[in-house]
Amino acid sequence: MAKLSANKVNLFYGDNHALKDVTLKMDANTVTAFIGPSGCGKSTFLRLFNRMNDLIPHVRIEGDIVVDGEDIYSKEVSVDLLRKNIGMVFQKPNPFPKSIFENVAYGMRVNGIRDKHYINERVETSLKQASLWTEVKDKLKKSAFELSGGQQQRLCIARALAIEPSVVLMDEPTSALDPLATHKIEELVFNLKADYTIVIVTHNMQQAARVSDKTAFFYLGELIEYDDTNNIFTKPREITTQNYITGRFG
Amino acid sequence: MRRLRKIIEKIVEGVLAMSAAITSITVLLIIIFLFDEGLSIFSKKPVDDDTVIAVNSSNPVSKLTGLQIKDIFDQKITNWKQIGGKNDSIKLFRLDEAGTTFTEQQMGSNFERLAICVDSYVVRTPGVLLYFSSKYIPKDFHGKRIEIANITPYSFLMGKQWFPTAQPVAQLGVLPLILGTLWVTLGAILFALPFGLATAIFMAEIANHKVRNYLKPVVELLAGIPSVVYGFFGLIVIVPAVQKIFNLPVGESGLAGSIVLGIMALPTIITISEDALRTTPRALKEASLALGASHWQTIRRVIVPYASSGITAAIILGIGRAIGETMAVLMVTGNAAVIPHSYFEPLRTIPATIAAELGEAAYGGLHFKALFALGCILFIMTFIINLIFEFIAKKKKY
Repeated sequence: MAKLSANKVNLFYGDNHALKDVTLKMDANTVTAFIGPSGCGKSTFLRLFNRMNDLIPHVRIEGDIVVDGEDIYSKEVSVDLLRKNIGMVFQKPNPFPKSIFENVAYGMRVNGIRDKHYINERVETSLKQASLWTEVKDKLKKSAFELSGGQQQRLCIARALAIEPSVVLMDEPTSALDPLATHKIEELVFNLKADYTIVIVTHNMQQAARVSDKTAFFYLGELIEYDDTNNIFTKPREITTQNYITGRFG
Repeated sequence: MRRLRKIIEKIVEGVLAMSAAITSITVLLIIIFLFDEGLSIFSKKPVDDDTVIAVNSSNPVSKLTGLQIKDIFDQKITNWKQIGGKNDSIKLFRLDEAGTTFTEQQMGSNFERLAICVDSYVVRTPGVLLYFSSKYIPKDFHGKRIEIANITPYSFLMGKQWFPTAQPVAQLGVLPLILGTLWVTLGAILFALPFGLATAIFMAEIANHKVRNYLKPVVELLAGIPSVVYGFFGLIVIVPAVQKIFNLPVGESGLAGSIVLGIMALPTIITISEDALRTTPRALKEASLALGASHWQTIRRVIVPYASSGITAAIILGIGRAIGETMAVLMVTGNAAVIPHSYFEPLRTIPATIAAELGEAAYGGLHFKALFALGCILFIMTFIINLIFEFIAKKKKY
């Protein structure tokens, strides 16, 4: 059974038809990349899986979004619990104006975990998973804003991992970072695949080629092509895909 | 053409610079005037300038304080040895006593010989304390004039009695007024903060567009109501309500003042806190929600802490609004210049005192200067509040 799936999803921002009949299945413990030009709907599609689009007024969604066999837009689903299971990393690093430790502990605290020992342990594990531990272990009480941009983004990843989600959504996580920091995040994504299902939206096609198992190409709200990453980049079936990945537009 | 435009631009620049200069000079002049008038009280004596206080020339006492004179008049001090003189009872001699001591014949029908009578009385009475208008003191006076101590900053700030027109000596202790001001301001903030913050959070985070668009003008309207209307409302509605609910002898009290001032500070607190809450970046809210936090948890743990410096600034400005408010407090606090012990007693604030008393204070007199000195104290208080506001507003975020 697919970990994440979308069936004939349509999304409207007021009158704007932003996603058109998108159907897609993603397996557990894989990395899926969403690529496409700006405004093609890839981020909007990603944000359906943790219902972040709910925050925007005048959004209408049709079709089914299924996680672990459950329709997450049905009335019985608790949005808070869903988001606990599906972590998210944003385009720009967005640590809270709190200490490094409190940033990572935040998700546990809001989910009612009080056990200090457990929290300490999870913070350490998550920071290690995000390969940030050695850099910050001596300054956990310092403000998260003292970290560099790349460190902040890895902190945000650690923050997402701390509540043990099974899926991590990444919305252009490296677009605000320099190449070195980008490389670190990509390495991280590769390592995290063993334990998590990862969906990554990216502008950077090399990045998609490097980190993902499967790639979905979006254009003007439609899913044009979805296949193994290798196939997409070497022998795309659609002419639009080919034009995009060879840099003729975008 | 180009030349002409350049000249016009220069003129406009000049006009702008001049406006700025005039504004600064005006502000400076007002402050200098205020402090010049206010501080001159410390070179004044608490008795009228044309009053002479004197003793027999054999009396060793040569200086008295205002308080000692008051105590002598109140007969708390009756013997010279209590204030460093010989063991002799104090014989107070005022115009009243003159009327009973001398016959009309002695004084003359138009009091033309009163000065001579006074002089001879002082000479023949060792224990006399003369308190007389200077126009009945002869030029070759044979008594010893008593020096009255100037008003000191300490007695002014720490004095507990405010009777600026009292005879024989004015009691100028502003402590009750300062405490009254602080007391009613504190009450106003305690009242306005929970309401204001709750409304701000509701408007910024919970209310939908429609409700907010309706609520915001209402709050702003609240800021536009003249303070005398608030005072009138307080007098007619809040004062009787307070009296009834707490079963007080009078409703005019610190509590009534606090409620009225609290209502007046609400718009400031609401608008500024709401703006601060709204500046919370969307990214932070989303980060919190994406971690499974509920909307309320996000408000409590992310949005309010992020806006805390703005909220603090709102409180400080609300205090600033309340501390200088005059009309409304004048109308509802009862204006008793006593040190307040509870919110159910009448009290009096600095601005209310100035407004109520300036009209009857003689120009340039002691009372007049005392009111200016009160103005200085108020200015310093609001200045400190503004400094704190600047400090908080500029403080770096975590």
